This record gives sequence, C-alpha cells and structure tokens, in this order.
Amino acid sequence: MVRSNGNSTVLNINGLTKFFGGLRAVYDFDVEIKEGELVGLIGPNGAGKTTIFNMITGIYPVSAGDVIFKGENITDLPAHEVTHLGIGRTFQNIRIFPNLTVLDNVRVAYHPHVSYNVFDGILRSGRFGRGEKEMTDRARQFLSVFGLEKYQESLASNLPYGEQRRMEIARALATEPDLLLLDEPAAGMNPGEIMELMDLIHFIRDRFDLTILLIEHQMRVVMGICEWITVIDFGEIIARGTPEEIRNDPKVIEAYLGSRAAEELA
Amino acid sequence: MKIRSIPTWIQALIFFVVVGVLIQLAFSQGWLTEYWQQIILAGTILAISALGLNLKYGYAGLFAIGQAAFYGIGAYSSALVTKDWTSQWSGSPVGGLAGLIGIEAGFIAAVAAISVLDIGHRQRALRERLEKLISPFETSVLTATLTILVGGGILIVVGGGVGWLVRKAVLAAGPTLFGALPAAFSQQLIFFIALIAGAVLAALVGFVVGLPLLNLTYDYLCIATLGFGIISYVFFNNADKLIPTMKGARGMVAIPRLTTWPWVLGAFAVALIVMRNFIYSSTGRAILAVRDDLTAADTMGINSYQYKVLAYTVGCAYAGLAGGLYAHLYAFLHPTNFTWLKSIDPFVMVVFGGVGSMTGTTMGAYVFVTLLEGLRVLPAELIDWRYVIYPVILLFVMLFRPQGIMGTNELGFLKRPKAAPGESEMEAEPAETTASAADG
Repeated sequence: MVRSNGNSTVLNINGLTKFFGGLRAVYDFDVEIKEGELVGLIGPNGAGKTTIFNMITGIYPVSAGDVIFKGENITDLPAHEVTHLGIGRTFQNIRIFPNLTVLDNVRVAYHPHVSYNVFDGILRSGRFGRGEKEMTDRARQFLSVFGLEKYQESLASNLPYGEQRRMEIARALATEPDLLLLDEPAAGMNPGEIMELMDLIHFIRDRFDLTILLIEHQMRVVMGICEWITVIDFGEIIARGTPEEIRNDPKVIEAYLGSRAAEELA
Repeated sequence: MKIRSIPTWIQALIFFVVVGVLIQLAFSQGWLTEYWQQIILAGTILAISALGLNLKYGYAGLFAIGQAAFYGIGAYSSALVTKDWTSQWSGSPVGGLAGLIGIEAGFIAAVAAISVLDIGHRQRALRERLEKLISPFETSVLTATLTILVGGGILIVVGGGVGWLVRKAVLAAGPTLFGALPAAFSQQLIFFIALIAGAVLAALVGFVVGLPLLNLTYDYLCIATLGFGIISYVFFNNADKLIPTMKGARGMVAIPRLTTWPWVLGAFAVALIVMRNFIYSSTGRAILAVRDDLTAADTMGINSYQYKVLAYTVGCAYAGLAGGLYAHLYAFLHPTNFTWLKSIDPFVMVVFGGVGSMTGTTMGAYVFVTLLEGLRVLPAELIDWRYVIYPVILLFVMLFRPQGIMGTNELGFLKRPKAAPGESEMEAEPAETTASAADG
C-alpha cells in the first residue's frame, strides 16, 4: 500500500494480539498511522475493535505484539502514562464523570499538569489561586470551542446525550493529545447529529493538529471522513485501503452482509 | 449584604467562634449537664472520624471497613505518649514520645529512600533484562526475591537507623526541653504532639495496609479491610505482651484526661477546613473523578491507584486524630471499643447524613450519638428500647431518603465554591480566545 502522505509515523502497531483465556479477541493486528491522517477501523460487532483501543491506551495488557507511538514503545505502559505521552480517547459507552460539573470534567484533564501542590490547596495559597484560575480559564475556552460553556456549572449527568458525547471529546482534547482515538462517536445519534459530528471531527483535526483513529459502525461516517480504512472481523484484518477500495471489497461485504449477499452482489 | 458575598474563611471563623464560645459558656455556666457535655464532645470526636470515612467512601468510593482499627491505633499510641509524661511507665517521661516519633521518622525515611532510589522502576528494568536470559517464572521469582531483600534491607538500615537516631535525640533532649516550659503548658504541648503523632501513625499504618489492598474493588476491598479490622482487635487484646502498660484485654487505665471542648472544637475545625480545601482543589477533583469512573480517570492521565492510596491514608489520619481525642476524654481504653463492629458506626453516620457530604456526615455523627447515648434520658423501663428506636429511625430514613439527610449537598462555607467568573473579554471576542485554546 503506497501512501502519498510523506509525514512521519505517529502510531505503529505490529502483531498486536489479545487472548481472553482461550478466546482469541485480536490476532496479529497491525496498522501504521501517519501524522495528520484520519484513519477508520471498522468491523462487525465483536470483531475486536474496542479491544484494540484498550490495548493501545494501556487499559488491557497486551498478549503479544508492540505498540510504537512516536518512536517510543508504549506496549506495557499504564493508561495514565500513555495519556501523558499524548494519546487521548473517548469511549463507546460514554464515560463521563457524572457527579462532577461539566467544567470540572474538563478541569480534571489538566490535573497532571497542575501548577500547585496539595498543601497549596489546603492553605489556599496564592499559587493555588493562580493555578485554579489558569485551569478554569483554559477549561472555559475549551468549552466555548465546543459550545458547551452555557452548561459549565451543571452536572455532567444532566446533559443531553449528544452534548455528553461532545463534552467527552472536549475532555479528551484537554489532555492535549497528538493522537485521538474515537470509539464509535456517532453511536446513538440521529442523521442530523451525525452530520454535525462529522463537521466537528474535521474541525478539531485541523484546529488541534490531530491524528485521528476512529472506530465506527455507521458506514456513512467512515466513508465520509476517513482517508484510510482497516477492516477487521473475528479479530483479524480482512481488508484495508481507501474508502473506495473498501466499499467494493467482497470480503468486507461478506463480513457485513453474509456470504450469500456477497455472492449475489458479485 | 448577602451571606454568599462574605469571604468563606470569615464565614468559617465566625461560625466556629460563635459555636465554640456558646458551647464553652454552656459548659462552664452549667447550662448543660455533665452528661450532655459528654455527648457533644463524643459527637464532635466521632464526626472527625466519620469525615475521614466520608473521604474514603463518599469521595474516593472506597468501600473500606476498618475505621475503628485506625481510631484505636490513634487512641492507644497517643495515650502511651501522654501517660508516659504523667506516670512514666517506660522509665522516662518522654519514652513513649521518643518511641512513637522514632518509628514514624524511620518509616517515613525508609519510604522516602525507596521512592528516591526508584526501586519499582529498577525492578521493571531488571525484569526486562532477565527475561531474555531465563524463563518468565524464574525471572519472577528472582526479581521478587531481590526486591524483597533490597526493600527489606532499606527498611532495616535506613528506617532502623533514622528511627534509632531520632528516638535517642528525643530521649536526650526531651526532658530538658519540656522541663524548661511551665508544667501546665508542657502537658498541653505533649498532648498536642501526641494527637498529631497518633494521627500520623494511623496514616502510616493505613498507607501500608492500603498499598496492597486498594487495587481491589468494592466488596473485595470491604472483606480485606474487615480482615485488617479483626487483626487490629486481636492485637489490642494482646498488646500487653508487647507493651505491658497497654494492658491488653483488661483495658488501659490512668490516661490523663486532657480532652476539653477547645481541643475538640479546634481539632474538628482544622479537620473540617482541611477536608473542604482538599476536596475543592485539583487533587480533590482527581479523587472524585476516580470515584466516578476509574478507567476514564486513568485515560485523563490520572494515576487512579495513587489517588486511592492518598484518600485512604488521609481518611485513616482523621480516624487516628479522633482516636487520640477519645482516649483522653474517658481516660480508659478497652479493645472492645475498636472491634470491627465499631467500624460500622462511622458508616451509619456517613450514610445517614449523606454520602459525599461533609455537612451530612457531621450531622450524622451527632444524630447517631444522640440516638444511642442521648436516649438514655428515657425512663428506666424504656431505656432498652433505644436499640429499637434507633434502627427504626435508620430504616425510615433509608426508605424515604436513601441518599441520606443531606444527599451530597453542603451548607454555608462548606458549599462547593463556584469557579470565578470568566473575563468579560472572553465573551466579547470568542474567536480570539478559541484560537488561543488551539495554541495551548
């Protein structure tokens, strides 16, 4: 596969494998993502897409294989260190902090870079005041980019579903990632919201200089915005290429529609 | 002038001064009987311990049973210090103090040495190198053995050395230092140091217990900490074999009665304000995030395990502080006050008052003490009904207000401070501010 993009490689995965007991969830998965690309990872339910995300971000230990991020092997790093290196992610079933306000949800993302210590907080020193103000201002700016500033003092659990998705993306971006992993961002959205989401993804990639790896179920989203697509089924790669190539790949049609449908189409 | 426009610290100051003076007056003027005075003191002391549990359970989401064990550790250790000052059970008036501070200094020095030398990281590096040479099993055995040997060596050499030195120093300098002060003042100073040292010991023990246990979730953590509660009870029961003056199952006696209302109120005020400022800081937000969603907190770059250990350790320190006050209130300590069943009491207070609410937890503590002890004012033929009235009230609260009296709400200066309003320019020129967000 020849790519015109001459940028440096951001993420390089080789032979990634995951066993849950005797179940082979992911087998020999590999992918190379270059800077600024928008890559899709698709496949039927249970194909192992989210497992791959969980292995990249250090939530699941890897059974075999390597994950190289910007030239650094991050295979066995714990999740919080992976985030420090610059990988942000969202979750398939939204994982917000429901009992924190929207503002606090975003401010949590700044905690690893907090400029004051515990004792400043307890004594309410000047450093605490400056640090809090800086975090608050930055979080507010972020929320206003996503049009969420009007909700900042309400509990995250009280947001409408679509806004929760947006807030989760805002929160992931607040960790200042170079690579953003989006796990089914369009799940549960109506066609209008999906159109907005596709615009949003393009917008954040350009504004924050991101590289994006996206899991998606809805073909319109993947075909509409991804430049490269990898298809997996039963944990193994069955196809990869541009949206156009994927659309006509008989293996993909078989995986999605069954073998009879594939024969009829052929 | 609206109450909310008064700075928080002035609100808190006014509150504590007014309440403190009123109750002090009530005590000294005899408006309250000795009996009700004890209830107020006990309620405030229990509120401190319950605040510690609220941090563990309400804020960090750790379902840990064992607050009574840390309460007991604080009680016994501080009692040993002050009793030594008055009756010299160890042969020197500062023997207990020297021993306790020595242990703590040694332990902290050892932990500092282990973290400075970065043992964990070195172990991982060694493991990676060995894995290429020998089988994974052999690697595990070898690295584990080496780590235990090195860690144990540091604990003995650094910890033991520092501890021994500190103990010697306190033993040598203590009597002259405290002797130079007026007797009444030095007694109070010893009490103050004993309270702090008791809280620190409870925190250190909590830290050690928490390290292996806090990777467990919910009910597993509950059972594991319950185990620690039982071990502590057995230890207190047999403590006379280690330190004769603790008297084991017979109960430790002749502890100086030093706990007065100003001490209790002072400790409570500090505990409450520290808790408020702690939880309404970035660290507090991190702890709340870990409670709400551990995996999401990790992907926000927060080391969730570290914050669970922090919350647990601080919660234990609160129990230790409360225990120290308790020991010097009744002048008598018995292991049955620190059984694991007593660990349920703070739970009742927290759940009754409102999980994750400092106001609620404090109210819960007073309601609990009033219901159990205050109902002794009932006529003699009804007095045993206390244990019926109190569960029935609990039952009704849980049925009709399962989130507790306060839920997660707070009153007055304990309310979550609203983030300062943004600069006006931000609303005026959104385009420019969003651009700078992108740069950041």
